[in-house]
Amino acid sequence: MNKILTIFKHEFITTITRKGFIIGAIIFPLIGLAAIGIYQLAQSAGDSGDEAEISKIGYIDSPGSFQEYTGDYGLIELMPYAEPTDATEALLDGDIKEYFIIPSDYLETGLVIRFHTEKELEMSGDTYGAIRNFLEQNLLKGQTSQEVIDRVKNPLNVQNIRLDETGAPATDQGGFGAFVLPMIFGFLLISTIASSSGYLLQGLGEEKENRVMEILLSSVSTRQLLVGKVLGLGTAGLVQMVFWLLSSLLIVRLGSSTVGGFFETIQVPDNVILLGIVYYILGYFFFAVIMAGLGAIAATAKEGTQLSVILILPAILPFYIGIIFLRDHPDHVIGTILTLFPVTAPMSIFVRMGLSEISAWEIAVSIILLIAGIIGGLWLAAKAFRAFLLMYGKAPRLGEIFRILWRA
Amino acid sequence: MKTETMSTPTGTLSLEVAGISKRFATATVVDNVSFSVAPGEIFGLIGPNGAGKTTIIRMIMDIIQPDSGTIKVLGDSLGEKTKDRIGYLPEERGLYKKLSVIQSIEYIASLKGIPQQTALERARQLLQRVDLLPHQNKKTEELSRGMSQLVQFMITIIHEPELIILDEPFANLDPVNTELLKEIIFELKAGGKSVILSTHRMNEIEELCDRVFMINKGQGVLYGELAEIKSHYRRNSVFLEYEGELAELPGVTRRNDRPGSTELVLDEGTTPQIILEKLLETGITVNRYEVSTPPLNDIFLQVVGEEE
Repeated sequence: MNKILTIFKHEFITTITRKGFIIGAIIFPLIGLAAIGIYQLAQSAGDSGDEAEISKIGYIDSPGSFQEYTGDYGLIELMPYAEPTDATEALLDGDIKEYFIIPSDYLETGLVIRFHTEKELEMSGDTYGAIRNFLEQNLLKGQTSQEVIDRVKNPLNVQNIRLDETGAPATDQGGFGAFVLPMIFGFLLISTIASSSGYLLQGLGEEKENRVMEILLSSVSTRQLLVGKVLGLGTAGLVQMVFWLLSSLLIVRLGSSTVGGFFETIQVPDNVILLGIVYYILGYFFFAVIMAGLGAIAATAKEGTQLSVILILPAILPFYIGIIFLRDHPDHVIGTILTLFPVTAPMSIFVRMGLSEISAWEIAVSIILLIAGIIGGLWLAAKAFRAFLLMYGKAPRLGEIFRILWRA
Repeated sequence: MKTETMSTPTGTLSLEVAGISKRFATATVVDNVSFSVAPGEIFGLIGPNGAGKTTIIRMIMDIIQPDSGTIKVLGDSLGEKTKDRIGYLPEERGLYKKLSVIQSIEYIASLKGIPQQTALERARQLLQRVDLLPHQNKKTEELSRGMSQLVQFMITIIHEPELIILDEPFANLDPVNTELLKEIIFELKAGGKSVILSTHRMNEIEELCDRVFMINKGQGVLYGELAEIKSHYRRNSVFLEYEGELAELPGVTRRNDRPGSTELVLDEGTTPQIILEKLLETGITVNRYEVSTPPLNDIFLQVVGEEE
């Protein structure tokens, strides 16, 4: 136990004092701060410059029934012209920004022809809204009450209420907010796995390359070395995560009120936090022991990193399946399979948590399988350590790996 | 295998290897090897490259396990505790490049169960002993090869192990440091520690070893006290450095003359003593006279030759 603690301390301190680790820890908060800075700069530039300026848009009313409601579309004002030549002249003189023609057969076709001088990807939303609003107002004028006209412009304003088994509003209302938090857990897990396993593979590679490995193995058992390393690097990864979380909270507070307001709408049911933490920890250990085994087999740190991708890809898989498929079929059997299989379990839980209810038995079996996976992974990785750590140079072929593991 | 001394050491042995074998894939790397090491002796584990020496040591260190046979260290079966009582300098050696000398020693010492303070004190004493104390805060990557080898040797003995295994300890060392290391090895022996020297440079350790185990292609070929082995494989010849004119001597079948010296090969009935008396009668000045014994290398070649 003492030796595990010694290795843990050594790995933890060596990792958090690495240049890469320190840069990694501060780079995300810095990017966040820079993004907010740029956003606010753009905001203030926009506020001061464009506020007073009103864009004028001309139009030619061929049917003759689009005379009213020409003002008051925010920063857009519409001006009627009698002939297209007048409008073109005004456009070229810079009196108006653009103009459009409402043809005489507009009622049958809905066709409107727009003329402008500036190159653009597509029409701006504000202009589209203003023209559409102007057309609607004139079309419905006199046909119905102003109240109905206003409602036609904004007919759907939904409030969703999820009921529980008793028929009362449920505490967990789901929705986008409830989906976001588990996803954050999921991405924290993947980032921790990716960064910590990177350090694990790098460290193992170095110890193989600088030949310290044999001294280590003549002092401690493979199991002690493995557990000490996984715990030390995991804790270092956790420290990085906590630092990111705290700094992002700070940045959100500094940031605009809209972003802050969005985070305030997120409801955090206790079970999400609890399951999140349980799967984060179990998930990390599962991936870390398997990564360690891969690190033992790989000849160099670089090769180990290439191998680790094989593991990271299926780990993220449930995220894509969730977005593409499970969102519409939250109770499909694929969800259950992904939840039970240890490699995909953590991410599946995080994805499904936000989409639907996960039954208790699925969670129980998935946790048991994940723990079994950790124990089995530890056993296999210890074998791989014994068998491969003293093999220098060339990485073994797949067949060799199985044969050597079998005999180890 | 030829065993020169039938009596193996008694009492609690530092190391007892009994019938161990190890196969890798299709090759038998170690084949039914047995030997033992007593407290306070320097033991040579010698043989050419690829003979199986390092595999035997890794089995003693519990890094790999033998397919058959048993190993006892200081009377105990292998385990975590026995690792702390052995000091091992591997042939493939290295240090954490980014750690300082003192940090490197302290980390490995702590893995051997030595408290930090004790480790630091001992490390400074040991570094002082080999004149490396001024370099204690240097990163190990800044050390010369010889220096870093001495640091690794310090790491090997920092926890005051009772059994010390040194795999090719003199490779990379200059003559000064080689002598220094030999001196420390003798001090360890005097302190009652057992030292195993594993090497393929057999002649290099002749003067150090009490007993040797010679291995070739995974099998023991010679085992016993060095003095007895040497006397057994002694050619009946003497080595002579002299001044003057050396006449023909009765009892000498052949002379290998070199400038100022010669080797005299004696016939069956003549002893070195008789020849010495005759030499003195001839009136030449004898500067050096010794019964010539073959170097370990030659003995090895002879034994392997006989076996094949």
